[in-house]
Amino acid sequence: MKRLLLLALLFPLAAVASEAVNPDRAPIDIRDAASIQRGAKLFVNYCLNCHSAQYMRYNRLEDLGLTEQQIRDNLMFASDKVGNTMSIAARKSDQAAWFGVVPPDLSVIARSRGADWLYTYLRTYYRDDKSATGWNNLAFPNVGMPHVLWQLQGTQVATVEEKDDGHGGKHKEIKLELAVPGSVSVAEYDGLVADLVNYLVFMGEPAQARRAQIGYAVLMALGVLFVLVYLLKKEFWKDVH
Amino acid sequence: MTRSQALLNWIDERFPLTSLWKEHLSEYYAPKNFNFWYYFGSLALLVLVIQIVSGIFLTMNYKPDATQAFGSVEYIMRDVPGGWLIRYIHSTGASMFFIVVYLHMFRGLLYGSHRKPRELLWLIGVVIYLCLMAEAFFGYLLPWGQMSYWGAQVIVNLFGSVPLIGEGLAEWIRGDYVISDATLNRFFAFHVIAIPLVLLALVAVHILALHEVGSNNPDGVEIKNKKDASGKPLDGIPFHPYYTVKDMVGVVVFLAVFSFVMFFAPTMGGYFLEYNNFIPADPLKTPPHIAPVWYFTPYYAMLRAVPAFAGTQFWGVLVMGGAVLIFFLLPWLDRSPVKSIRYKGPYYKIALALFVVSFLVLGWLGTQPTDFLGKMGESYVAVRLAQLFTIVYFLFFILMPWYSRIDPVKPEPERVTWH
Repeated sequence: MKRLLLLALLFPLAAVASEAVNPDRAPIDIRDAASIQRGAKLFVNYCLNCHSAQYMRYNRLEDLGLTEQQIRDNLMFASDKVGNTMSIAARKSDQAAWFGVVPPDLSVIARSRGADWLYTYLRTYYRDDKSATGWNNLAFPNVGMPHVLWQLQGTQVATVEEKDDGHGGKHKEIKLELAVPGSVSVAEYDGLVADLVNYLVFMGEPAQARRAQIGYAVLMALGVLFVLVYLLKKEFWKDVH
Repeated sequence: MTRSQALLNWIDERFPLTSLWKEHLSEYYAPKNFNFWYYFGSLALLVLVIQIVSGIFLTMNYKPDATQAFGSVEYIMRDVPGGWLIRYIHSTGASMFFIVVYLHMFRGLLYGSHRKPRELLWLIGVVIYLCLMAEAFFGYLLPWGQMSYWGAQVIVNLFGSVPLIGEGLAEWIRGDYVISDATLNRFFAFHVIAIPLVLLALVAVHILALHEVGSNNPDGVEIKNKKDASGKPLDGIPFHPYYTVKDMVGVVVFLAVFSFVMFFAPTMGGYFLEYNNFIPADPLKTPPHIAPVWYFTPYYAMLRAVPAFAGTQFWGVLVMGGAVLIFFLLPWLDRSPVKSIRYKGPYYKIALALFVVSFLVLGWLGTQPTDFLGKMGESYVAVRLAQLFTIVYFLFFILMPWYSRIDPVKPEPERVTWH
């Protein structure tokens, strides 16, 4: 009974993710304003045409140290007022008809999918002639989205190997190889994707950095308060035996 | 007399202010040996106040409409100054409420707080627990995320499984044939007004019932049995100032834990704020894995563990309901001559340990899909484990009249002790 319990307790360590592949660790740093700015640039250029971010206001980008003029000059293609949210002109009904599925709003995508998954997803596209777009993805098999960043990353192809899984069955291993290089190197591309994911994490919760700052101050204040309140208690309770 | 004394007299002639103060605070004698486990009652009251105040501010900007709810929560998180803080206070507070209440109930199991003359106090507490679960359930639909929607769908369908009246009952609860805007509106009304009023009334009744009989203590001995010449319990100290000042320490430590979670880990790895709930509710897309929030998972595991008999899943609902309702019977199941675990024998200690383990393991099992441990022959390992621990959970209660009576107990002391 105890052994069963122990075994049962160990299983979560071997838990399998529901995605097709174990996500890589995304190098996220929400305090790196420069990285988030680069991510914002990539986002408005590559993502905002099909995807909306309807809860994110352009002027929130000022949190990253950008001025209103900089935002207006460099980052606003889909709107005219800096207080607007990042909505797009495309109608959902049209998108459903063209793509088969409406590209999801990305405002809080980093909070539902997670940074690691997004980082992996944007780097594991490969060519697949059997799909409608000509692309497939390891993290999201048969995804309806094409590889918008293909010119940067280049073209990856997949080689499928069948291996024995030790239980008498076969287990498919898919390896990706860069067949045609893109306009940036692999390391640079990974850096760009990290910036983009950093931006998505920022966009998911713009108050994050502020939250941690306030948290330190609050905990320190409570620490001081604890000492005072504890000494007060001790003083009152001196005569209780 | 001074002006403030005159004012106090004026009030006392018209409202029992001073007598209430004396009866419930400055001359309410509580045992002097309260330990760590005795913080959680006052902390539960604190969390109730925190939830109400943060809830009031959330209601100023939240829109209880299916097309606007999700967006209004994001509006609060981004555009309302300090809105993110208020949201996190409320979401962290909800989970902290259950942590505090479970520990408060556990104190009861440790020291026999349900024993005579506190049976009614215990019953009121279990009703508060039921209301709290309802409050959390109604509140969880409000953000209108995927987990909100589908969690509500699952739970309301449980009511739909009641024989004969199920369909009508589920429709009456939902206000529609499916979970919809109608459901959201009524759940909002229940969560914001109806249940908070009931909770406040019940908490007042709970404290009045407590003060009528006096608090229990870790030794389980009644301090009212040993009084001094003026009628004060020898082992009692006035609640104010001793416990007001001691509870302040508990509050500060609790706020530190609360703040740590709120500022550094508000989602708590997806347990306090579930990842799937950041996807707007989609009636056409069922999530691959629906699970309730962590504080309901022990009961959820029990629900899934019971197989269908005679073509209905209703037995699982009965078992799940029974697991909560059985708490009502506790004062009459415990036949031990002593109240506190300090003087009970090994049977009760082992039984309680097994109960705690069952509750925790069932909780863990409830967070995962039923196939996560693989299969053992025809059935899932996780389901078999859940069945085993459901039985252990119920046996803690069902066998208690027997093992609590034959348990070799130790003599209770005359006066309270410090441990």
